[in-house]
Amino acid sequence: MNLFADAIGWILDPSHWTGPDGIPNRILEHLGYTTITVLIATAIAVTLGLYIGHTGRLRGLVVGVTGALRALPTLGLLVYLAVLFGLGIRFALLPTIIVLVVLAIPPLLAGAYSGVQSVDGRTVDAARSMGMTEWQILWKVEVPLALPLIIGGIRSAVLQVVATATVAAYISLGGLGRYIIDALPVRDYTKVLVGALLVTILALVLDGILIFCQRLTIPAGVRAIQISSRERSTSRSTPAVSSAA
Amino acid sequence: MITFDGVSKRFPDGTLAVDNFSITIPSRTTTVFVGSSGSGKTTLLRMINRMVDPTGGAIRIDDEDVSTLEPVALRRRVGYVMQNSGLLPHRTVVDNVATVPLLTGVPKREAREAALQLMDTVGLDRALAERYPSQLSGGQQQRVGVARGLANDPNILLMDEPFGAVDPLVRSELQQELLRIQKELAKTIVFVTHDIDEAFLLGDQVVILSTGGRIAQVGTPEEILAHPADEFVDNFIGAERGRRALSIKNVHGKDVVVDGTGRLAGILRVPSGESSRTV
Repeated sequence: MNLFADAIGWILDPSHWTGPDGIPNRILEHLGYTTITVLIATAIAVTLGLYIGHTGRLRGLVVGVTGALRALPTLGLLVYLAVLFGLGIRFALLPTIIVLVVLAIPPLLAGAYSGVQSVDGRTVDAARSMGMTEWQILWKVEVPLALPLIIGGIRSAVLQVVATATVAAYISLGGLGRYIIDALPVRDYTKVLVGALLVTILALVLDGILIFCQRLTIPAGVRAIQISSRERSTSRSTPAVSSAA
Repeated sequence: MITFDGVSKRFPDGTLAVDNFSITIPSRTTTVFVGSSGSGKTTLLRMINRMVDPTGGAIRIDDEDVSTLEPVALRRRVGYVMQNSGLLPHRTVVDNVATVPLLTGVPKREAREAALQLMDTVGLDRALAERYPSQLSGGQQQRVGVARGLANDPNILLMDEPFGAVDPLVRSELQQELLRIQKELAKTIVFVTHDIDEAFLLGDQVVILSTGGRIAQVGTPEEILAHPADEFVDNFIGAERGRRALSIKNVHGKDVVVDGTGRLAGILRVPSGESSRTV
């Protein structure tokens, strides 16, 4: 308990809120890595997920890629890439962003792919038979209906990236990981805990903001379906009308 | 006029859904394809708007070979109504009805006004305009589906078992509504069903299909009922089973009509002006 009190005291100390090693600056750095990573990963994974979901092609790829990427140890890959590029710590941002993107791709890909997959095939068929082009089917039907799952993927990716972006400090970059990486060798566990606490709080705050965005962006009709399907699943007593001839 | 000329469809897995099918569908009347599952009736319907492309033969709309038409443009000028209504769940009723006009560049305000008028046409309360499909009953959803099919004022309306998934009461209501709409608008309707009663009720021309899109008989409901081409048709229309084999029974001086099993089907009214008949 004492450790917690010390950590909170450390965080509340005004002198830790200024300068390059101050909390605001570290949080901004941390958010910077996270934003760049999620933007790049979204561009890659959501595009790919929508393509696979719409066309049904390369479906095996999703399972394979997401599984394989998830199995990669982030820290190991980071050190390997840093050594491979041979740029040492002078250009550490590149390997850092790469490993974080690798981490963010599986949930984004799965969210986009399963979102499009979850759209009723009959709805898509109806859209096509009305004369929608494939692009119109994707943007006017599949993406709006897949949005809850796509944003779910983004939420999950953001959480994982925020938690893991601490590794950036391992190869000399900033972010909240600095507190942990700097404090470990000198056994300053209060400061380690400070880093961990701040990462946790940041993750929770971001998740809260994303939940809010999710609410805003889900089309009203989709919400109506979710509500009505929830009602339906809770009141199974009324049997559906059969299609007897 | 829609013409099927020696049309065949073999699916990639080898099944022959339709084999050398030819028929002429006259304009401004209702033609019903009726058959059990596997008769290729839906495949035939979907070939008209190129949702399915035939592997042999040709389909022409007013002497225009559909295979030469761009599928998206073709589908926009042909109305399509499907069994589960196929409404876009994230769009309101009025937006669903206005979908095709909006795709073809009709201004939003105009398209919505036209959609509201179409809701009147199909007997939907305008108060439902801002509801979402999931908030409607099955019958209401089908009405929206019909309104959407009519939205671009197409000459041709394709209907794929549109009333198959609603309960019998609502179905009968929707059938009457369609008859009324057709009287008003006189579209070329191609209607697919497995229900022979529905086929006889709605069809000016009825096409009875057996397996593989083979035509068992084509004709008006009266012709088919009076002269079933073979045993298959006879069985299919239920004449054999006695449901339609009506006879007259005299009960205390009044003529009543009973079916083959002896159940009461109705009462015989002799039109005034004709001499009363004795049985």
